[in-house]
Amino acid sequence: MLKKSKLAIVLAAVGALVATTVPASHAATNKQLEIFTWWASGGEAAGLAGMTTEFTKQNPNTPFINAAVAGAAGVNAKGVLVSRMGAGNPPDTFQAHAGAELSTYVKAGQVEDLTFLYKAEGWDKVFPAGLIKTLTTNGKIYSVPVNIHRANVLWWNPATATKAGVSAAPKTMEEFIADLAKAKKAGIDGIALAGNGDWAIAHLFDVVLLGTMGAAKYDGLWKGTTAWTSPEVAKAISNLSTILSYGNASKSLDWPDAGKLVTGGKALFFIMGDWASSQWQSDGLKLGSDYTWAPAPNSVDKKPVYMWLSDSFTLPKGAVDRDAGIAWLKVCGSLAGQDAFNPKKGSIAVRKDSNPALYDSYLQAAMKEWKVDTLVGSTVHGVNYGNAGMAAYDSAVGKFYTGGGKDKAGLTKALVAAYKANAAS
Amino acid sequence: MALTLSRKKRITNPWGGFFFVLPSIVAVLVFVYGMIGWTIKFSLSNRTNAWSKDNSFAGLKNYTGLLEDPEFTHAFGNLMKFTVVFMIGTLISGLIMSLLLEKGIRGEGFFRSIYLYPMAISFIAMGTSWRWLMDSARDDKGTGLNHLFHMAKLNILQNDWYSSENASMYAMALPAIWQMSGYVMALFLAGFRGIPDDLREAARVDGATEFKIYRHILFPQLKPTFLTVLIILGHISMKVFDLIYGISTKSYVTKVLAIYMWQVIFDFQNYAKGSAIAVVILVIIAIVVIPYLIYVNKTEEMK
Repeated sequence: MLKKSKLAIVLAAVGALVATTVPASHAATNKQLEIFTWWASGGEAAGLAGMTTEFTKQNPNTPFINAAVAGAAGVNAKGVLVSRMGAGNPPDTFQAHAGAELSTYVKAGQVEDLTFLYKAEGWDKVFPAGLIKTLTTNGKIYSVPVNIHRANVLWWNPATATKAGVSAAPKTMEEFIADLAKAKKAGIDGIALAGNGDWAIAHLFDVVLLGTMGAAKYDGLWKGTTAWTSPEVAKAISNLSTILSYGNASKSLDWPDAGKLVTGGKALFFIMGDWASSQWQSDGLKLGSDYTWAPAPNSVDKKPVYMWLSDSFTLPKGAVDRDAGIAWLKVCGSLAGQDAFNPKKGSIAVRKDSNPALYDSYLQAAMKEWKVDTLVGSTVHGVNYGNAGMAAYDSAVGKFYTGGGKDKAGLTKALVAAYKANAAS
Repeated sequence: MALTLSRKKRITNPWGGFFFVLPSIVAVLVFVYGMIGWTIKFSLSNRTNAWSKDNSFAGLKNYTGLLEDPEFTHAFGNLMKFTVVFMIGTLISGLIMSLLLEKGIRGEGFFRSIYLYPMAISFIAMGTSWRWLMDSARDDKGTGLNHLFHMAKLNILQNDWYSSENASMYAMALPAIWQMSGYVMALFLAGFRGIPDDLREAARVDGATEFKIYRHILFPQLKPTFLTVLIILGHISMKVFDLIYGISTKSYVTKVLAIYMWQVIFDFQNYAKGSAIAVVILVIIAIVVIPYLIYVNKTEEMK
């Protein structure tokens, strides 16, 4: 009798399990949006919430499900996403950097061409032409960018600059290096470096490459028209080596900690994307008095250059609810969606008709420049290289950095290998 | 009476036991051996990028390619350095701690818990704190260990720790030693307690010194414990991932095989090559573990 009742309990438990799982899987076929993003905290999450509100307003009957795997800057999320895409079970839309980072999904035939949406929504007119050109591969566009970050920004603390005897932002690489030496004389680190995970040093190298060779040659590096063995690259590597020698001794900081060296007066300059600004503002610092900015030094270009990166959303093939995915993308590209998202995220809208009054003074200046500057892409943040090329590029620069910036020939070799790795994948 | 009878019946039925463990047998077959086979199959295929559906046989191409990949040899070298320092360090410190506790000192339970405590911390949490402790900034800018050395006027001991070009993996072994030596201590302590006191007393009666008792009586009896410890440490070391990731993420300087494998599979989406690295890790662990299993089986049979 006892045995029987135990069996009954087990059966009941199994039955309950089945009963609870069935409606859940059944619901997946109903109308709903399953979105995959790694914006889970801070300004990113707040911005996403703004866009979600906009989506729900327009699609009140489509529940919004955020499949975000939080943490590690999307590292875990990317792993889960890759598995799901490979298994043919994609979300209705997912987040990826605009540009070459998408190329693996494109070549795998896992994302849909969105040119029709650009035409229907008029985005081909309101997004800058230079951006549309970069996003287009073989006449097709595969994602909708929601924001623009700027990568080549030089940050510093005005009080520290006065202490070091630096009165104006350095315009060229040579002036920049001279200022680093001044800082050293004043007993402070010239530049704050964030060595953890290699990417922030590679980010700095991106900016140094651009500043040393100019936009046209920099662009050619990724397309194969500028050789990695050219004297310009060699000059950039030697510049990087000099700049690194003025960096902080702690080699494994995350970028927010490196940024604190600058705002706290322990280092003069910081080269980082403009997400640094929104981080500092959430720490209660004031733009203008506690920190200030200028475009990163550039020895070649007469016209200002804007090194951009962008988060975008895609439409995976075989998504359960394609209509919901398209509805989301429409919000992503819309004026209301972009103006809800970007002021909170600390980035600017892709659209040229966005309302400047909603943004802070740094972002307003960035918006103006975004419309007129020469545009080049950030390598570290997915514009120029696919995933394999990016990882190899980061590793190459990371190795150079931990080696004390001495092995210049080795870095050249590794950069050539990264270019090949990108072309092969 | 009836109860004992029915119990006897159940035990004599061999199928009952079999069905009881069947689910786990199936799970192991599918999720362990099936997946190993699947990984080996992938490692011999041509699926070298995200879009390739080419599952055709590629021979050993992916494996020979690894030998020419400087990043792979770098990661492999790192792993070996880490393993040597980690195993020797953990063994010695674990043994010393167990010797200190072995005599049954006062407050043994307290010290045992203290020594074992690091094991209760997750690798990621531990990695984060050791990342700060082993920061490479020096002198008055230093934090963590360098700061301590500076305060104690031991400036010569300050160094770059895990961001040093050549010694990074030796520094990386420190937190691992710190975490695992308590566990090794517990194993040795159990080994010591398993030796009957009569043996020591007999030796003492025969006039052996304490050193001689350890050297000739106790240590020889601990041989199986030694072997167990080596195997456990060895395989933990070969597949180390979360500790390194917690401290320095994907940084080149501390890359080991498991980190590189993960990068190759999820960043490069080179499934064939990533699987090949996974198989290499498996083979290295097998080289360590299989002789041990054979040895254990033999000694069991002898009993």
